Amino acid sequence: MAAGIRDKVAILGMGCSKFGERWDAGPEDLMVEAYLEAMTDAGIEQSQLDAAWFSTHIDEIGAGKGGTPLAMALRLPNIAVTRVENFCASGSEAFRGAVYAVAAGAADIALAVGMEKLKDTGYGGLPTGQPGTLAPQVAPNGSAPGNFAQLASAYRAKHGVSWDELKRAIAHVSVKSHANGAKNAKAHLRKPITEEQALNAPMIADPLGLFDCCGVSDGAAAAIVTTPEIARALGKRDLVTVKALQLSVSNGYESQYNQWDGSYFHTARIAAGKAYREAGIERPREQISMMEVHDCFSITELVTMEDLFISPEGQGWRDVMDGFYDADGGVPCQIDGGLKCFGHPIGASGLRMLYEMYLQLQGRAGERQLKDPVFGMTHNLGGSPSTNVCSVAIVGREGA
Amino acid sequence: MVGIAAWGAYAPRLRLSRKAAATANAWVAPNLMGKAKGERSMANWDEDALTMAVEAGRDALGPGDDRSAIDSLYFASTTAPFADRLNAGVVAAALTLEKQLSATDVTGSQRCGLTALAQAWIAVAGGGAAQSLVIAADHRRARAASAQELDFGDGAAAFLITPDGGAAEVLGYGVVTDDFVDHFRSADQEFDYSWEERWIRDEGIAKLVPPVIAKALATAKVEASAVTHFCFPSTFAGMAATLAKGAGIPAEAVRDNLASTLGETGCAHALVMLAHTLEQAKPGDLILVAQFGQGAEAMLLKVGEGVAAARPARGVTGSLADRKEETNYLKFLFFNGLVEWEKGMRAEKDNKTALTTLYRNSDQILGLVGGRCRETGVVQYPRTRISVAPNNPAVDTQDPYKFADRTATILTWSADFLTYSMSPPNHYGTVVFEGGGRIFMDITDVEQGDVETGMAVRMAFRLKEVDEKRGFRRYFWKAVPDRTANAQALAAE
Repeated sequence: MAAGIRDKVAILGMGCSKFGERWDAGPEDLMVEAYLEAMTDAGIEQSQLDAAWFSTHIDEIGAGKGGTPLAMALRLPNIAVTRVENFCASGSEAFRGAVYAVAAGAADIALAVGMEKLKDTGYGGLPTGQPGTLAPQVAPNGSAPGNFAQLASAYRAKHGVSWDELKRAIAHVSVKSHANGAKNAKAHLRKPITEEQALNAPMIADPLGLFDCCGVSDGAAAAIVTTPEIARALGKRDLVTVKALQLSVSNGYESQYNQWDGSYFHTARIAAGKAYREAGIERPREQISMMEVHDCFSITELVTMEDLFISPEGQGWRDVMDGFYDADGGVPCQIDGGLKCFGHPIGASGLRMLYEMYLQLQGRAGERQLKDPVFGMTHNLGGSPSTNVCSVAIVGREGA
Repeated sequence: MVGIAAWGAYAPRLRLSRKAAATANAWVAPNLMGKAKGERSMANWDEDALTMAVEAGRDALGPGDDRSAIDSLYFASTTAPFADRLNAGVVAAALTLEKQLSATDVTGSQRCGLTALAQAWIAVAGGGAAQSLVIAADHRRARAASAQELDFGDGAAAFLITPDGGAAEVLGYGVVTDDFVDHFRSADQEFDYSWEERWIRDEGIAKLVPPVIAKALATAKVEASAVTHFCFPSTFAGMAATLAKGAGIPAEAVRDNLASTLGETGCAHALVMLAHTLEQAKPGDLILVAQFGQGAEAMLLKVGEGVAAARPARGVTGSLADRKEETNYLKFLFFNGLVEWEKGMRAEKDNKTALTTLYRNSDQILGLVGGRCRETGVVQYPRTRISVAPNNPAVDTQDPYKFADRTATILTWSADFLTYSMSPPNHYGTVVFEGGGRIFMDITDVEQGDVETGMAVRMAFRLKEVDEKRGFRRYFWKAVPDRTANAQALAAE
């Protein structure tokens, strides 16, 4: 195995726009909002940026293709800008590009910005579209909630959990995230909800009701990364460094081979295993201080608890019900509200997760601050349960 | 002797209650309450003449992979979706028939079902074809609050004609062509325009049909009194009995025209009635089938010893049994495009079909053909150059492998209320096949609560999307509950 990224790159600054229905802001405004916060946090001049990575998922609305939307919006000094797209994990890809550039020595300081402007469609929920010219001729006419709801049917069958039991467990997932999101001024959805509200909400895709689905939001997030040496030279203390960056991508094993049972994410298990090895983590349930996972839907979060090897297989729903992932639980999860309540501007989400881990590790999370976190993990997934890309990143205190 | 070696049939599962329809329209058309009896078959939104034809064809041919002996196909319909694209070509692709095939669309009158059967018989008898598959299907639309809306039904029947067809041999045939316009539907109109019923009955049917009946009997040297079954579709009450009486055919030979259970399935109906008769006939029985439309046509058949062995899995009998009453008349209007309804922005998705892609992947899309690795035996869908087997990604080792007639079950599913659907919630999921292979696909002919993991399903050829902007129809396969298998499984528990 390669030596890995552990402690080779430090986060110099981060920023995140207010997420939500940003009727007031266009794509450029969102990018600028996140960028200016990150630059102020980093304390550097624009001329110190060597290269940038820009993530956005949907071309048809939002900023369009290419690196120019970012360069134009931020008036970057004609540096390299690479636009990356990897479904809902695009934000993690922008971060990965910037981190690897620094680790390779190709850039001293690199910028990653993720942005999505979703609320210019005219309707609620994500726009639907199938890739290429073949998929529309064969793939079901579905939606993101319908695709992820598939997990629930298989999870129930495999683990013998009743529809009602699982529905209640995923309701708790959302109740917890709403409680967390209520404490986050930048979050899209800031109202606490009750389990009854979640259980009785209109059905979107069986068994997922309205409160089982994350917010469809506008927003942007940014990170500026450099080497620990440069960070220290710039006067930074208590560095947050990158411990692991892994990405696993489906190759058809789930959707075309005759083995996968539909109840879990094959890629997440691979990415998590590699990330723990890269970060030197042996007992994740004890060592991971906190997580931001890709809770696009409540059922996604529930099975992810098992795929990240925090909960034993088939027991994730019990840990959820026991409050293990609540703010005062064993491994607080979605402490910023998660995709569920902070919101999910697709191309920004991976960076938004890292933003919360970074704030927590620096003790700057305000009302949400957890006690002495050491390792923060982010899990950023794109695609559907059977065909996806899964990013797992771990950041932590330097030297941990 | 040249005749029928196999047959099959299909009718949509939904049956519109005529009482529900007539009652809904009684305020404007109280005269139609007289027709408020029984039910008519009602195509799901994703069914049309082509999809029903494919299902009837599959019923006739059975699940076997080898269909190479068929070198001729006739598809009869007055509601074929394409005016200029060989509809029979779509049927052939879906049935995975060989490319060395003569395929013909037969259309233009309500008797074109029997025309197609006769043409196939003539082709095989004359040595022009080795085996000919004939399929007739119609999905006629009618205006709301019309008599046709209640009389019509949707359905299909299929026959395989071979030199030694053991189910029934053709003994005689008669035909006349006469431009008697009882009704018409011009190429640019959606609905029929009909003349007075009494004129059609007395000047049309009563004068044009008897000569072809006489001709069919005469060429076979058979007396009318010897006819065991007389099939003549007509929505006029007692029309077949009147013809039988005039011709000297025994009254008890007159077959039920399935008006109360199915409705009249257009040009397919003579063949639907013939199929139904074969499912009840004994060897030696004589079947006279006639059909009217710009003239008339009649065929006399003798039931053979092989009739029982040739009986299809479903046929008309099975189609009649597999029914679900629909009392929501509005749903019928929606499915038939008779109501301008609010579909929402999600329905604005552009359904333009890349014809290059369709052709390049024709067997995958229309035939549901995947691949099987020669080295590992691993079955997969779709067929790809590099095998999906994780431990042996062999290159260029896959042979075509047909999925359409294999047993399958649901692995994962959801009922989606968000996505645009003509029949919400849209059900879809992962279907796994016995022997390997899995496909993430739409599930149709289901309602909320019908679907569960482990449920047995069968494949059905259906409309995937209609491109209203360009008039193109996109077809693919969907999963439908295998209700027989599920009932057996339930009983076994």
